[in-house]
Amino acid sequence: MFAYTLRRLLLAVPLLLGITFISFMVIHLAPGDPVEVQSGDMTERNIREAYKALREMYGLDKPLHVQYWNWLSRIVRLDFGRSFAPDGRLVLTKIGERLPITLLLNVIEMLIILALAVPIGVMSATRQYSTFDKVTTIFVFLGFATPDFWLALLLMILFGVQLGWLPISGLRSLNWEYLTFWQQQLDFLSHLALPILVATFGGLAGFSRYMRQSMLEVVRQDYIQTARAKGLAERVVVGKHALRNAMLPIVTILGLSLPGLIGGSVIVEWIFAIPGMGQLMVQAAFERDYPVLMGNLVIVSTLTLFANLAADLAYSLVDPRIRVGRRR
Amino acid sequence: MSPVRLITRLGVVVGFAAFALAGCSGESAPPPAAKSGTVATLVAVAKAEAQTKPGSETKPGSETKPALPPKAEGDTLIEASIGNVSSLIPNITSDQSSLEVGDLMYSGLITLGKDLQVEPELAKSWTFSKDCLTLDFQLREDVKWHDGVPFTADDVVFTWAATMDPRTPSSYKSDFQDIERVEKTGKHAVRVVYKQPYAKALTSWGVTMLPKHLLEKWVKEGKIKEAPQNWSAPVGTGPYRFKEMKSGEKIVVVANPDYFKGRPPISRIVYRVIPSQATIFLEVKAMGVDVASLTALQYRRQTEYPAFEKAYNKYRYPGAGYTYFGFNLKDPRFSDRRVRLAFAHAINKADLLEGVVLGLGTEATGPFRPGFWANNPDVKGIPYDPKKAVALLAEAGWKRNGQGLLEKDGKTFTFELLTNQGNDERKKVAEIIQASLRELGIGVDIRILEWASLLKEHIKKRSFQAIVLGWGTGSDPDQYVVWHSSQSGPDDLNHISYANPEVDKLLEAGRSSCTQAERVKYYRKLHQVLAEDQPVVFLYWRDSLPAVSSRVYGIQPGPAGIKWNFTDWFVPKQLQRYTAN
Repeated sequence: MFAYTLRRLLLAVPLLLGITFISFMVIHLAPGDPVEVQSGDMTERNIREAYKALREMYGLDKPLHVQYWNWLSRIVRLDFGRSFAPDGRLVLTKIGERLPITLLLNVIEMLIILALAVPIGVMSATRQYSTFDKVTTIFVFLGFATPDFWLALLLMILFGVQLGWLPISGLRSLNWEYLTFWQQQLDFLSHLALPILVATFGGLAGFSRYMRQSMLEVVRQDYIQTARAKGLAERVVVGKHALRNAMLPIVTILGLSLPGLIGGSVIVEWIFAIPGMGQLMVQAAFERDYPVLMGNLVIVSTLTLFANLAADLAYSLVDPRIRVGRRR
Repeated sequence: MSPVRLITRLGVVVGFAAFALAGCSGESAPPPAAKSGTVATLVAVAKAEAQTKPGSETKPGSETKPALPPKAEGDTLIEASIGNVSSLIPNITSDQSSLEVGDLMYSGLITLGKDLQVEPELAKSWTFSKDCLTLDFQLREDVKWHDGVPFTADDVVFTWAATMDPRTPSSYKSDFQDIERVEKTGKHAVRVVYKQPYAKALTSWGVTMLPKHLLEKWVKEGKIKEAPQNWSAPVGTGPYRFKEMKSGEKIVVVANPDYFKGRPPISRIVYRVIPSQATIFLEVKAMGVDVASLTALQYRRQTEYPAFEKAYNKYRYPGAGYTYFGFNLKDPRFSDRRVRLAFAHAINKADLLEGVVLGLGTEATGPFRPGFWANNPDVKGIPYDPKKAVALLAEAGWKRNGQGLLEKDGKTFTFELLTNQGNDERKKVAEIIQASLRELGIGVDIRILEWASLLKEHIKKRSFQAIVLGWGTGSDPDQYVVWHSSQSGPDDLNHISYANPEVDKLLEAGRSSCTQAERVKYYRKLHQVLAEDQPVVFLYWRDSLPAVSSRVYGIQPGPAGIKWNFTDWFVPKQLQRYTAN
C-alpha cells in the first residue's frame, strides 16, 4: 500500500510537468499579450519603446522555453509570482481572497446534491418505471437541460424583484457592518440561497442518475437475492446490503469532482455578482494574466492528481475485492 | 471630480483604442465605450425627449424645476459597474471602472465643465506663451493630500516624470510625448515647455496628480504597481477618500471633509461590481442600485411604468461615438463625390435611427458631437431624397440597365459591405443600407466578420470596398490621425485613404494652435468641408441613457454628460435612504 502510494506520487511529478508545459505553451499561443491588453492605444511613435520596456520587465521578450524555465524554477520554490494585471498583486493573494467563497458555495452545493441525489437514485432504482421514477427522471433532466443563467434570471425576478424576499446579487447587504452576528449570518445565507438553488438544480441530474444506475445493477446481484431469501426486511436489504455496494462508483465520481470545487461556476458567479474563482479566471484570461492563469492551473491539476489517488485508495478501503500494491 | 481624464484617455484623439472599443460595442453588452458615455459625454438633448414623453422628463435638477429643496449632507449612493476595479492609481490603468473610482479620489490641474470647457481644478490659472510652446500653471495653495501633506509644484513635476518613466505602464505617455521639460518655478508654480505646439496641451493636464512623498521610491524601483497606494491605501486630493475595497465585490469611498472645493454633500459612494448587465437592471428595478446606464430597449420598453418613473429619473444625451458608412476611396466608384452624396441622400436617417436604436440617437452631420464647441451648428444633415440620389448617380454615369441594375461601362454596381460580429446595431445599419441602395439598383452583399480578422485582414490591408463602423471622439477636436492624408499607411487610422488638401490644411492649423477661439474657426470649417464632401456617410450618434435614483438632486445634464458636477449632487434630508455617516 505504501509502495503503491509512493509510486503514484513519483509518477505525478512528470505528469505535472507535462501538464504545465503544454498549458504554458497553449496559453501563450493566444493572440495578444498582457502589455498589449493593458496599454490599449499605445500605437503612437515613441510609445513603442515603452511597450518594449514593459515586455522586458515581464520577461515576455525571451523565447518561450526560457520563460517556461524561469516560471518553473520559481514555482518549485512555491513562488507564484505577481499578477500582470494593473494591480500587480501576488498571485497567491489574489487566489486566496477568491477561493473561500467559491469553496463554500461548492461544498454546500455538493452536500445538498449528495443528500438529494442518493435517496432519489435509490428510490428510482427500487421502484423502477414507477410514477415516482418517471417524475423524478423528468424533473432531474429538466434541471440538466435548463440553462443556468435563464433559471437564475427567472428566480431573481420572482424572489428579488416581484416578491422582494431575497437579495438579487452580491454577498452582503450594504448595512452589513451594522448588523448583529446572527443577522449577519442570516443576511449572508439569504444572499447564497439563489446561487445555491440554481447550481444544485443543474447538478442534481448527474449524481442521481449514476446512483440509480449503480443501484439497478446491484439489486440484480445474487447476494441481494440471498439477503431477501434470508427473510431480511426490504429496508435492510436496500439500505445496508445494496446501498453500500452501490455507493462505490459514487466515491470515484466524488473524488474526481473535488478539483471542480475550487474551479467555480463562471455563469453562476457572473450573474449573481459573486467574486469567486470563476470570475477571477475569466478576467485573467481576458487580460492575458499568465501568472494567475498558470497559478490556478497548477493548483487545480495538483488537486486532480491527488484526488485521483485519494479516490483509488479510498476504493481499496471500502471495497475488499480491490487491493492495491499486493504482490502477484 | 473631473470627466476630463476619462475623456482625454478615451479619445487619444480618436485613438486606436477608441476605435477598437467602438468596434466591439454591441447593444447586448454595453462595453466600456458605451458606458463611458455617461461620464465622458456630450450634449444635452432634452429636445426630442419632450415630445416623445412629456411629464416624466421634467426632472428635479434640470433647469426647468422651479425650486430646489435645501442642500443636505448625508446618504449613500450605490453605483453599479460591470468591470472590476483593477488599480487605484488611475494613471496606470485604462479600464473604465478604475478610472471612474479614481476620479472620485484624485484631481487634475484642470477639469472639464458642463460644456466640456476647461476649468481650473488644482491649478488656479494658467498662461500660454505666444508661440504656444510654454505653459505656466499657478497652483492652488490650500490643497492637501488625503494624508494631510500639502500639495505642491513638486507633485506636478513628479507626476510627469513618473508617467514618462519607461517602467511605468501608463497610457498617458502619448499626452506628454511632446513635452521637453516640466519645471518648478515656485512652490506653487509650474512651467511646461513643449517641443512643438500641442493643441491638447491644456486638456492633457486633467491627468490625475500623484503624491510624490508616497510614490517616489516605488517609481524609482520601477514597481509603481506594487505600491500600497495602488491597492489598499490610495492617497489623492479629490472629493472622496478611500474607505475599503473587496476585490470583485465593491469599493467604498467617503466624503473628504478637507476637499479644497468643500465637502461633497453625499457622504458615501459604494461601487458594486456586477458583471452581468441583466443583473444590474434587475437590481435597478428592485432599487438596489442608484445609478446605472440603460440600453435603448430598457429605456423605451422596460422602464415605462409608474413605479419605475417615480423611483428613477432617466437621462438622455448623445454619446461620444458615431456610426458611419465608409468606403475605400481608392476604389474609383467611391472616389467620385457624387456617388457618396447619392448614398447619403438615399438613406433615410430618421428611419434608421428608429429601427436601430429605437430613436434614441441624433443624426450625425460630421465628426463632432452635437453641442461640442468644435461642432458647426450651421451644417445641416443631408436630407433623404431618393430622386436626387438617382440624378447624382446618373450624372456620375450610372444608368439603369434592362434588369433595373445600375450599370456603367458594361459593369453593374455591386459591392461588399463589411462590419464586425457581435454588434447588432451595425448589422441592422448594414441591412438598412442594403435595402436603401437596392431601390437605386445597387447590389450590396453584407459580410459580418470577427473583429480581429476584420481589422487585420481587411481594414489594415485596405482590402475592403465599404464598411459600417464607428469612431469614438475625445474632449479635443483634433482628428488628424483619422482624416489627414499622411495617415493612410497600413497601421494608420485613415483607412479609407482620404486625401483632401483643404482638410489637411485645416487639420494642421487646428493642431498647432493653442487658443480655442482660433481653433473653433478651423474645426467649424473642417466640419463643413467634411459634410459637403462626405468622405464617409455620417450616420448617427447613439445616446447615453443613464438612470439615477429620483432622490438625488442637483443633476444638470450637459455636453459633458451628468457626472461633471457630481460633487454638487445631494439628497434632501427627508429623502435620505441610508443612514451612513
